[in-house]
Amino acid sequence: MSTLLGNLYIGLTLASIFLLVGLGLTFTFGQMGVINMAHGEFIMAGAYVPFVLQTTVFASLQGVALLVALPVAFAVAGLLGLVLERLLLRRMYGRPLDTLLVTFGVSLLLQQAAKDLFSANNKDVVTPTFLRGQWNVLGVSMTHARLFVLLLVAVALAGVWVFLTRLPAGRRMRAVMQNRDLAAVSGLPTARVDATTFFLDSGLAGLAGVAVALIGPIGYGTGTGYILSAFLVVIVGGFGKLRGAVIAAVVLGLLNAYVEHFTSSTIGKVAVFGFVVLFLQFRPNGIVSLRTRGLTA
Amino acid sequence: MYMKFQGSWRVPVAGIISVVLLAAGCSSGSSTAGGQAPKSTAGNTVKVGVLQSLSGTMAISEVAVKNSALLAIKEINASGGVLGKQIEPLVEDGESKPEVFAQKSEKLITTDKVSVVFGGWTSSSRKAMKPVVEGTKSLLFYPVQYEGLEVSPNIFYTGATTNQQIVPALDYMKEKGLTKVFLVGSDYVFPRTANKEIKAYAAANGMEVLGEEYLQLGDTNVQGIVSKVLDAKPQVVFNTLNGDSNVSFFKELKAKGNTPSAIQTVSVSIAEEEVPGIGVDNLAGNLVSWNYYQTTDNARNRAFVAAYQKEYGADKPTSDPMEAGYNSVYLWKAAVEKAGSFEVGKVRTAAAGVTIDAPEGTLTVDAKNHHVFKTARIGMINAKGQIDEVWNSGKPVAPDPCLDTYAWAGGLATGQARAECDAVK
Repeated sequence: MSTLLGNLYIGLTLASIFLLVGLGLTFTFGQMGVINMAHGEFIMAGAYVPFVLQTTVFASLQGVALLVALPVAFAVAGLLGLVLERLLLRRMYGRPLDTLLVTFGVSLLLQQAAKDLFSANNKDVVTPTFLRGQWNVLGVSMTHARLFVLLLVAVALAGVWVFLTRLPAGRRMRAVMQNRDLAAVSGLPTARVDATTFFLDSGLAGLAGVAVALIGPIGYGTGTGYILSAFLVVIVGGFGKLRGAVIAAVVLGLLNAYVEHFTSSTIGKVAVFGFVVLFLQFRPNGIVSLRTRGLTA
Repeated sequence: MYMKFQGSWRVPVAGIISVVLLAAGCSSGSSTAGGQAPKSTAGNTVKVGVLQSLSGTMAISEVAVKNSALLAIKEINASGGVLGKQIEPLVEDGESKPEVFAQKSEKLITTDKVSVVFGGWTSSSRKAMKPVVEGTKSLLFYPVQYEGLEVSPNIFYTGATTNQQIVPALDYMKEKGLTKVFLVGSDYVFPRTANKEIKAYAAANGMEVLGEEYLQLGDTNVQGIVSKVLDAKPQVVFNTLNGDSNVSFFKELKAKGNTPSAIQTVSVSIAEEEVPGIGVDNLAGNLVSWNYYQTTDNARNRAFVAAYQKEYGADKPTSDPMEAGYNSVYLWKAAVEKAGSFEVGKVRTAAAGVTIDAPEGTLTVDAKNHHVFKTARIGMINAKGQIDEVWNSGKPVAPDPCLDTYAWAGGLATGQARAECDAVK
């Protein structure tokens, strides 16, 4: 029983990381058709934020540093994304393969910049006191750090949902996502909507960075470790679909956890990729696909 | 246009996959073979090659080894050089790719006509250079601890072989009563081979191996493995994880409330350089096994640490592989001076039994297998991120790459390894 529950917990916490790193990507991919390979480096940028704050401004207040890092990382990564969109990507909308190559180049540049700024060695973020320790529930030990990540995902999801469904800016975003041309002829400033989307999605990557800084390495290569999971969530979930991304992350997380428990870490990964390959045979557009009246869809 | 994108998802997906694959092996540059280089020992200089990864994933570790080799060269030049000649180092980038190591070592040897190559870190880089140095009958000094089971007439191994690092760690565990062991490692040749040896040792010494788990290199999804470790309740984890996986592994162990007094760990790939990135908090009190620590207490080491930090920065730690890279140059110098010549054949013969006073203590080259007698040291990571020695082997341990002097290791060295070890018996 505790094995079953223990892996449920492991699967869900894994899913929370999948979801957090993939959340931002799903809209830039879905709305704008941009395959953003630099998404991982926005995560990296976010991961460095708590390190910088802990070693400078809040040197003796590690907990405060971490909480302050959340909005700061959102802003830092968001601005990086905004610059990338304004400088480069807006010139190549509708050409997904070009964006793939350009953003891949940008990701290499950002990695080198991180090496120059912080050296090639990993950095350490001190876990604040309130995130140390664990709770034991029904024989499952849940560490505060992982629960914090779960909470962060819940908050981010709620935030995105409110934004998309309740705020005018979010409605504009959905309109552009569903039919860009129609949105444009209806008078929506699609270029500005694109910029907003990119800012928000990159900001979410920054948040993810703070989360992964608590549980994993912080270095110039941090982003590359998560970018694949991010794309898996987006592709399986369906482009631009919140519900799809959540389901995809949970399914992949649980699958990985349970298969790994009964076999090995490597087989756990094989199972995930095998599942994705099979799944895409039957639902090539993901769990939740956008229904349109377009003839080309 | 955007609607069309919805339908043609296959193209971007294939693109993503290919770019991710590309990222794993992004290539750049190649050496150009210029005109015939002058013979390397003509004039007042002698050329040597320093071949380490200065880019790619291994650069993080190998740049420091390159730095320590250059420091040794600088020191030797300042005190008059070798046989009256100044050493001229030619630095090449192995790019973290075995095929580049093969190509660059060949270039150094055949085009630049260097007298010796210092370099390599991963076992795959060494395996790539081995046929090159054997084919050209030249010299390579390899500075990193490795999985053993190899002997080459053209390679000097200045890091530890298994019986100078892993076996002493096992002896120490046994002595301390840490007999219930869990094996955790990265999934490649070194951990797999090391664990095979550990299991053979355990079977013969009444130790119990409770589990054996591997993570892909760089994988940070450690929860499953950590929960398996905690469920198995071992006394000690023998850790052969490399790189970033260590960070997640120790963070998760710590978060789950583990302390070294509950489950101890013994790591063989974590040195002074890696400690800050994993977090001193997460590592303090855990054990490592090497032949050298920055804290190793003797005058030679204090001079080495001071010289290194003066050259490269006061915050730069020294570590075992760097020290072995530094020693390599001095060992080669000692052999050359004994031979009275830079000729490979003469240097190789003269190297047998050559001794130097190194930061880790006295080093002696084994007369037959080209490995080095090294003192084994178990260390405990302290709260400052340094490593305190808690045990040492008392005297330098004779290198035994095929573990022929250990009854429990019978049958581990087979095929090529067996033939190589038998050839120098």
